[in-house]
Amino acid sequence: MTDRSAPAPLIAVVVFPGSNDDRDAQLALEGLGAHAVRVWHTDAALPGRTAAVVLPGGFSYGDYLRCGALARFSPLMQAVTRFAGDGGLVLGICNGFQILTEAGLLPGVLRPNESLSFVCRDVPLVVERADTPFTSRCEDGQGLTIPVKHGEGCWFAEADLVGELEESRQVVVRYASGANPNGAVADVAGVVNADGNVFGLMPHPEHAVDALLGSTDGALILGSLVDAARLSAVAFV
Amino acid sequence: MRATVLVRPKAGILDPQGQAVETSLRHLGFAVDDARVGRLVDLDVDASDAADARAQLERMCEQLLANPLIESYEIELREDG
Repeated sequence: MTDRSAPAPLIAVVVFPGSNDDRDAQLALEGLGAHAVRVWHTDAALPGRTAAVVLPGGFSYGDYLRCGALARFSPLMQAVTRFAGDGGLVLGICNGFQILTEAGLLPGVLRPNESLSFVCRDVPLVVERADTPFTSRCEDGQGLTIPVKHGEGCWFAEADLVGELEESRQVVVRYASGANPNGAVADVAGVVNADGNVFGLMPHPEHAVDALLGSTDGALILGSLVDAARLSAVAFV
Repeated sequence: MRATVLVRPKAGILDPQGQAVETSLRHLGFAVDDARVGRLVDLDVDASDAADARAQLERMCEQLLANPLIESYEIELREDG
């Protein structure tokens, strides 16, 4: 059981030129008990005592070349890559997921939606595994409703890589059967890296943390991250 | 040295953009098939010779200009450029 009376863990929300969900992510994380700070991409280092990093949604660098392809050259992304390499918790949402795949921190790639249409709607998801730092507040097989809003969210990998990822249980959330909004291979909505500390997903949990917005299921994902960040923050003391 | 890099969706990779272009061309009355949409990058490379330029361009493609998971690339060099 997580001690929720422990001090608020510091979660850094990286802001790139073109990020636009950074404030929503910050607000959602603060509401769940984190101390969330937005950090500009040209900073050379993460704030001291950073317990987790969130790469928010948006259109970093105008989606030039390929979505997410240019953000990895930001000075702060070099620091985030080192942070992830040291086992630090990193969550990429939508454009953040695209950045993590382009930076080689997560497998696969996000391609234009099969429909070529921008999709913006609530989608039903299934949690494939609850034993990650990003889904610990969920249960295996639990259904979630979280919105997507993207034009390039079609996750793709070659069949042999998909097989390896299925084998190692790296597909953490899937679109519910028949509800795949973008043509993603194997209905993949979110994948974790082999070490389990870097997670990316196309749906936006930060837009589903208040009943007024139709769903609070996003709080299960972000709340799990806050719990895990709190545990890793204790390690600093 | 002037170079052109052509980046294409790999064979076998679904290209919805190409399909949409193909459909639109058919609406215009053209008999076309198998349209694929890629990307073109023109650039000047500071290189000692063509082999050096090509080697640099290949590294550019692997590291940035193409995503090798889904894209193939082709390099054209124009030494007179």
